[in-house]
Amino acid sequence: MAEAVQEQAYDWSEYRGVLIYVEQREGLAKPVSWQLLGQGRRLADKLDTQLFAAVIGAQVEHLAQDAVAYGADRVYICEAEELRDYRTRPYSRVMMQLIEEVKPEIVLFGATATGRDLAGAIATHLPTGLTADTTELDVEPDPSRLLLASRPAFSEKMMATILCKQYRPQMATARAGVFEALPRDNQRSGEVIRLDNRMQEEDIAAKVLDFVEDQASVNLEEAEIIVAGGRGLGGPEAFRLLGELAAAMGGEVGASRAAVDAGWIGHEHQVGQTGYTVRPKLYFAIGISGAVQHTVGMSNADCVVAINKDKDAPIFQVAHYGIVGDLFQIVPALTEEMKRRKAAGMQAMHEEGEVGA
Amino acid sequence: MLHIVVCIKQVPDSREIRIDPATNTLIRQGVPSIVNFYDLHGLEEALRIKEETGARVTVVTMGPPPAEKSLKICIGLGADEAVLVTDRGFAGADTLATSYVLAKTIEKVEQEWGKVDIVFCGKQTLDGDTGQVGPGIACRLDLEQLTYVSEVKQVNAEQRTVQVGRKLEDGIETVETRMPVLITALKELNQVRRASLPGMIRGHRYKPTVWTTADFPDLDRARIGLKGSPTIVAKTWVPEAKSVNCQWIDGEDAQAQANQLYDGLWDADLPARLGWVQGGASHG
Repeated sequence: MAEAVQEQAYDWSEYRGVLIYVEQREGLAKPVSWQLLGQGRRLADKLDTQLFAAVIGAQVEHLAQDAVAYGADRVYICEAEELRDYRTRPYSRVMMQLIEEVKPEIVLFGATATGRDLAGAIATHLPTGLTADTTELDVEPDPSRLLLASRPAFSEKMMATILCKQYRPQMATARAGVFEALPRDNQRSGEVIRLDNRMQEEDIAAKVLDFVEDQASVNLEEAEIIVAGGRGLGGPEAFRLLGELAAAMGGEVGASRAAVDAGWIGHEHQVGQTGYTVRPKLYFAIGISGAVQHTVGMSNADCVVAINKDKDAPIFQVAHYGIVGDLFQIVPALTEEMKRRKAAGMQAMHEEGEVGA
Repeated sequence: MLHIVVCIKQVPDSREIRIDPATNTLIRQGVPSIVNFYDLHGLEEALRIKEETGARVTVVTMGPPPAEKSLKICIGLGADEAVLVTDRGFAGADTLATSYVLAKTIEKVEQEWGKVDIVFCGKQTLDGDTGQVGPGIACRLDLEQLTYVSEVKQVNAEQRTVQVGRKLEDGIETVETRMPVLITALKELNQVRRASLPGMIRGHRYKPTVWTTADFPDLDRARIGLKGSPTIVAKTWVPEAKSVNCQWIDGEDAQAQANQLYDGLWDADLPARLGWVQGGASHG
């Protein structure tokens, strides 16, 4: 009898659907929002349920259409001047109201500063379980419908799958760059439902005074090409060569933790453990040995080119193309050849255009 | 005088943890215990406020008895009092159960030493890596919540306001709010001091206040430890490095290698996928 109580079956039939929080600043959505809608779509389909999106802000109506185009069946939107900037109290108030009314079985947020701030507050209010910083998300089908939320643990040395059996909704934050957004489809149709904001400005103590965008901002998460360097560069000077290659290709410069820790380049360039998880179309790993702490952050790249002196370096195990040699020779050659080819490509495009005209 | 509580955690230095390749399990032996370093940045900021405007600084931790060592370090750095909350019943807590106990602890600290104005936590712990306990405490105690703080710009004890810089992915936001407030610290917040010799002696001699479940008469037993934790670890594994077939570029010099590589990329239609040319491969 006691055992039967312990393994009690919960009735969660009231809770259905997957809800994604769409993070934005000044009407611009964070890419992780669309990535999560993509993954949310996969989970919702597997559970044979609906995908919801929550859009909160001021003048963010266009994001509701975007959310539908990226896979949402229904978008809940709450617009008010008080919601222009993210602040914990008013945003968590809206999300709480939404979760209590809609009763989704799963709620996902980007593992950004804002996503973690908001999810942490909501999970405590509800209360329910919240898994941080997930990199794999799957579901068990009926009857359990459990979210299998997996995340790196112990400095990325292990992975752990975390479940929340006794509470609903199941919540998780997920790393940017890990999941793939669906291709945008403007033909998709979805429902848009408006929510009231119930919080007045005078009830909100926190005031956002200003926001200074990072000037030297590297946008690794959205970069299509990343030229990354590691310990093998031997010093900060060699990053100039990488910068030239990146500039020739229209890419960004990345770095391994070793190069960042050595002070050769800023932390905002760091890929992998405690840095960014990226999924560019093309990734150059130059002078990077390829420790798992680095490769967890870049192995989703479509194409990886590794350049290293040591042909046994583990980076070659995740590389599509490998060059063993001296980066100080190879990188400038790559830069020059890239300039030549791009110029030739432009020329060809230009000529085609003239023929067509 | 302001009363500041700093929440700390003694953690295994996860950077030192290795995986046993034979068994695929963590080798915990010989891994040093340290004060979670983000928490030390919170303590440092509390001590700076203490020096500038006057404040009482109380450090709290939930953990097993050896965590006393970390509290002594904090006293050595300049904290006034330290509390260890320890009980077998607290073991196995996830972030929800942890924030419950720490919130109860802070309430009790208020009863003992007076109303709390500011609570500092680290951005996250090295072993848990969640960043959820801070917001959890703020929520339970109805504190204002300022996470990912890289600069405390102003603390106005009279008007009871704080102004901070929050470091987000794309820039720095300046926010002002009222006390009581919970702040989570980034390492950019400050440089942590070294303990002075008298400080170290004081820390060494100091006996932290110890509270167990018995000291919390209204504690809900269903909300602590493993039982109060909605999340459970179902399994752990060591990720296998993804292995792809590496095509070696072995041209005789750098120029030949560059050509060979780009020919490969061009054959894979990369220029079109990157939008450098329209449609398929430009040659062919």
